[in-house]
Amino acid sequence: MFRSSRLIMALIKKDVLLEFRQQYSFYGVLLYVASTIFVLYLAMGQPENTIWNGLFWMMQLFICVSAIAKTFLQEGKGRQLYFYSICSPVHFILARMIFNAALMLLMNLISLSLFSLLLGYPLAHPLLFLGISCFGACSVSLVFSFLAAIAARAQQNAALMAILGFPLIIPQLMLLMRLSTLAFSDVFQSGLTSIILLLASFDIMIVVLSVILFPFLWKD
Amino acid sequence: MFLKNWWKLLSFFLLLYTFTAGFLGKVPARPILNETIRNLYFHVAMWFGMMIFFIVSVIYSIKYLRHNRPSDDIYAVEFARTGIVFGLLGLITGSVWAKYTWGDFWSNDPKQLGAAIALLIYLAYFVLRNSLTDLDKSARISAVYNVFAFAMLFPTIWIIPRLVESLHPGGMGNPALDTKDIDSRMRVIFWFGAIPGWTLLGVWITTLRTRLQLLSLKHELHG
Repeated sequence: MFRSSRLIMALIKKDVLLEFRQQYSFYGVLLYVASTIFVLYLAMGQPENTIWNGLFWMMQLFICVSAIAKTFLQEGKGRQLYFYSICSPVHFILARMIFNAALMLLMNLISLSLFSLLLGYPLAHPLLFLGISCFGACSVSLVFSFLAAIAARAQQNAALMAILGFPLIIPQLMLLMRLSTLAFSDVFQSGLTSIILLLASFDIMIVVLSVILFPFLWKD
Repeated sequence: MFLKNWWKLLSFFLLLYTFTAGFLGKVPARPILNETIRNLYFHVAMWFGMMIFFIVSVIYSIKYLRHNRPSDDIYAVEFARTGIVFGLLGLITGSVWAKYTWGDFWSNDPKQLGAAIALLIYLAYFVLRNSLTDLDKSARISAVYNVFAFAMLFPTIWIIPRLVESLHPGGMGNPALDTKDIDSRMRVIFWFGAIPGWTLLGVWITTLRTRLQLLSLKHELHG
């Protein structure tokens, strides 16, 4: 247990270090976030609540695809072979998922602040929305981590990730949008806890499935 | 010959029974539904068939991952293919039904959306398969996706419709149908005629396709 957590930590540290060494890709995603929000601002101005909410989550989805696609797709065949020889697939996918979730949390904070700066700030409960968006960013990043692993096997095809991922993510995204409408008004709505529990159990299921299934993707 | 193929005959006679008793038999007069309730034998049976085929497909995918037999992969693919056909037919029969009861072919009902999502997911499965040229790799990766997608999809089909309001019958409890609307006569035709009949027909179609695929695989391997 202790050994595997140390291994996972080492793998995460490797990812963070790589991110620091190759800053261009991080800044690339950041610029992608900024320009997407700017284009949305030019197109929509300051929209009303429901549109604001919908746009925010769609933007999260696209950021997630482009941020996570690069973590798997930038690895060449040689490097994959190297990881294959030094660590087990379970450690590898867990480390990657934790790293991706952290990356998406950071992106979420940046995009949320930019988004409210440009597209207006209609929230009644900002802290609640922040919590929901962080939770959502983590859930979405978990799903796309696994799909990126599949897409990376399929000839490094980034478009494939969107084809595989978008239908799968719709139910989760719908639940998240429903949840986040709570942050817009003072009216208390029931069903909050059941949706949160449902989403949390989804996340657990995704992690378990990835741990079971990733070894099959790994061997070549 | 008869002993081996009895279920094909059974499927034929069950469907014959479903069509005759379904179109000519008496149905209870319900408000709004009226005579359209006969669509139960076709629309709902399609969804049952689709679910069964997708479940069988995922079982074969798991078997493939465990034993690496190419025949399991072929079974998984062909059952998924038949499942998609049944799903499409279910969507079409459902929207025709919706036209006469809800007033529109498509009304963004959570169940219509769920069905559309399910079809998109399985179409993506075929895109993924075809994007890989290596046979073994394509089989393994698509099996992994099949298991993952199945596990993601079915909770949403079974749970989410119970959380959101819908025009579709059976909001509470059973997500597919409201058992109070049908009488005992219809129940017999539905459970003993339509569902086994259509499902067996689907299995028949699938076995024809798998036989063809297995033959072509053999041809490829041995020349």
